[in-house]
Amino acid sequence: MRRIISILMENEPGALSRVVGLFSQRGYNIETLTVAPTEDATLSRLTLTTYGDDRTIERITKHLNKLIEVVKLVDLSEGEHVEREIMLIKLKASGAQRAEVKRTVDIFRGQIVDVTSTVYVVQLTGTSDKLDAFIAAIGEAQVLEVVRSGVSGIARGEKTLSL
Amino acid sequence: MPTWVQNALLYIGHSLFEVKVVEKLSGAEMVVRALQDEGVEYLFGYPGGAVLHIYDAIFQQPKDHENKVHHILVRHEQAAAHAADGYARATGKPGVVLVTSGPGATNAVTGIATAYMDSIPLIVISGQVRSDWIGDDAFQETDMVGVCRPIVKHSFMVQRTEDIPEIMKKAFYIATTGRPGPVLIDIPKDKTAPHLKYPYEYPKSVKMRSYMPITKGHSGQTRKAVDELLKAKKPVIYAGGGVVMGEASEELTALARKLGYPVTNTLMGLGGYPATDELSIGMLGMHGTYEANMAMHNSDLILAVGSRFDDRATNDTSKFCPNAKVIHIDIDPATISKNVTADIPIVGPVKQVLGEMLTMLDEHSGKPDEKAIASWWEEINGWRKVHGLRYETGDMMKPQQVVQALYKATKGDAYVTSDVGQHQMFAAQYYLFDKPRRWINSGGLGTMGFGLPAAMGVQFAFPEAVVACVTGEGSIQMNIQELSTCLQYGLPIKIININNQALGMVKQWQDMQYGGRHSQSYMDSLPDFVKLTESYGHVGMRVDKAEDLEAAMEKAFSLKDRLVFMDIYVDPEEHVYPMHIADGSMRDMWLNKTERT
Ligand SMILES: Cc1ncc(C[n+]2csc(CCOP(=O)(O)OP(=O)(O)O)c2C)c(N)n1
Ligand SMILES: [Mg+2]
Repeated sequence: MRRIISILMENEPGALSRVVGLFSQRGYNIETLTVAPTEDATLSRLTLTTYGDDRTIERITKHLNKLIEVVKLVDLSEGEHVEREIMLIKLKASGAQRAEVKRTVDIFRGQIVDVTSTVYVVQLTGTSDKLDAFIAAIGEAQVLEVVRSGVSGIARGEKTLSL
Repeated sequence: MPTWVQNALLYIGHSLFEVKVVEKLSGAEMVVRALQDEGVEYLFGYPGGAVLHIYDAIFQQPKDHENKVHHILVRHEQAAAHAADGYARATGKPGVVLVTSGPGATNAVTGIATAYMDSIPLIVISGQVRSDWIGDDAFQETDMVGVCRPIVKHSFMVQRTEDIPEIMKKAFYIATTGRPGPVLIDIPKDKTAPHLKYPYEYPKSVKMRSYMPITKGHSGQTRKAVDELLKAKKPVIYAGGGVVMGEASEELTALARKLGYPVTNTLMGLGGYPATDELSIGMLGMHGTYEANMAMHNSDLILAVGSRFDDRATNDTSKFCPNAKVIHIDIDPATISKNVTADIPIVGPVKQVLGEMLTMLDEHSGKPDEKAIASWWEEINGWRKVHGLRYETGDMMKPQQVVQALYKATKGDAYVTSDVGQHQMFAAQYYLFDKPRRWINSGGLGTMGFGLPAAMGVQFAFPEAVVACVTGEGSIQMNIQELSTCLQYGLPIKIININNQALGMVKQWQDMQYGGRHSQSYMDSLPDFVKLTESYGHVGMRVDKAEDLEAAMEKAFSLKDRLVFMDIYVDPEEHVYPMHIADGSMRDMWLNKTERT
């Protein structure tokens, strides 16, 4: 099962490598990873997605919690949450294709953020599934380059991951 | 300046001028001062370019300083880590290591990994190239923080000299609390420069928002556990190294005696419960006693205390103790239900949780099921009778005899360190440890070469104690150079070299699983250990015949202020039994070369 683990940790050199190292050391996979400082510059928020059954995820979170720099963490997929990923995608767009590509971008509520006579750069935000669906709809043949941010997430309602 | 003068100055400064008089120290002086402030007696290390400022600060400590840190010069950095580790295991206090950058640091890596696997508190200070050279492949540059990431509890890289006191305080705090472990402090050379002085004030305490070790188990869970304990008909207490490290022997002993339940210890837990006590059923696991493994397999309740269901203890976990409910007490939540699912997990310090259990038992209306427990003991004693620990004597001396002679000569009261192999298992089986911290071996990593340097650490901690290192002719050669350190510091260790002229444990596996093809498991071209020892300035003895053994032991241990190396030739064909049959359950064992369960 796909899980989104969100970690609040000390914004210190080496902290990220310890999180990433733990996954390879213990034989777990990281599917996506995003990290940036929070409004409190001494803290970083790291969000990663991984696959595993309950047992595996329990082990991962226990080991993550043991890392000295990890302050708190939450498995967002355990509850109601909002998740978003941003994608920048460069598409072939010449001749008759141009209008077709534009229409698909509109349907997916994407934005064309750069244009040349042969190429569109499209920005698209949404769940990972939505981004996958867009690529499928456009057709791989049209795609020149894909950059995805990895998943960011936050719990719905009152719940917060903070100090 | 003496502490009282400092304090007086601080007080006067504070009250008269409302400013604090804070001493200024270089980074190197801070390191040494912090060690003094932590009450560190010994620092095991080896100098080199990147740590020369620190070595100078060590040299410049006033001779009569009351908290002087004594540096012990080993002959190989691996031995520095093992010696600090041995010191820590014997005392419960953290061991401290100082090594230079690059090869000095990497030489210590095996020692750090050894301590990590057995949860031993170590502080390892490694020099690093100057900070503006980091990343340039400078001379003797190794990314030590990177190399050690998977084998330390935590690591620090000093970025600013001013941070050294706080980092040192945190390092000691992290290493010694919660589940203990090694902490690395990597210090670039420029951060210790003698002319750059900064205010030094050692923090009185630490608080870290991201690290708060658990200090108390969940009482509700403990109560449930007590209820289950009293319902059990075939209970076993399975006690590990956490009992020793967590100073919980007393509580464990009281609990077992109150209940009258059998206790088995893991390799790391030996001494955590007195081995000569009638409730002790010996070690469990791969080379555990028949009765301990049988009792585990047939039990209906396992009380696991500070043990981690290691693969050497459990055999195949899918076949592990099919009828047993599991209560698991451990300080480390990640250990609980890692290998075997716990029915009642209790995360907390074993000492505190066992203490609470004792109180709850006192107040409980229920009692253990006397009749069921009596017939359970009958069953266990039956197992012990048919297949309890035993070996055949013959023309040649047996390694088991050597351990038994050692036990006799030391009245069962020595500190015994060991290396890794058959000799280690014979020592674990036949030396009956009645006290915690007496049995000192590398259980988790299984590091050959651990025994002698670990014994040095123990002897430093307890100069008057009898310290024996049970080793093999393979293992001892991995850190034999430390005989020189032993001479320098006058350490009267007794080395019991169980010489089977083979990498015996490897050979045993080859006998059992590889059709007796002894690929590279012989020990040819052995040195004359007696002459070798003598050339290092110690006493060497060779023993070939069983009838000479006891007298030789007596003699060796009567030389109280000398290191004695006893080179004892034993039967090279002997195997360690019982031995778990791979991929089987706890009860599947070889009992001798031809008989299995
Ligand atoms: C550093 C290291 N290398 C290899 C091994 C694998 N190993 C385990 S036991 C053993 C043989 C040890 O021989 P010896 O010290 O003579 O002890 P014996 O088994 O003969 O009693 C070996 C090679 C190890 N545990 N540690
Ligand atoms: Mg040998």
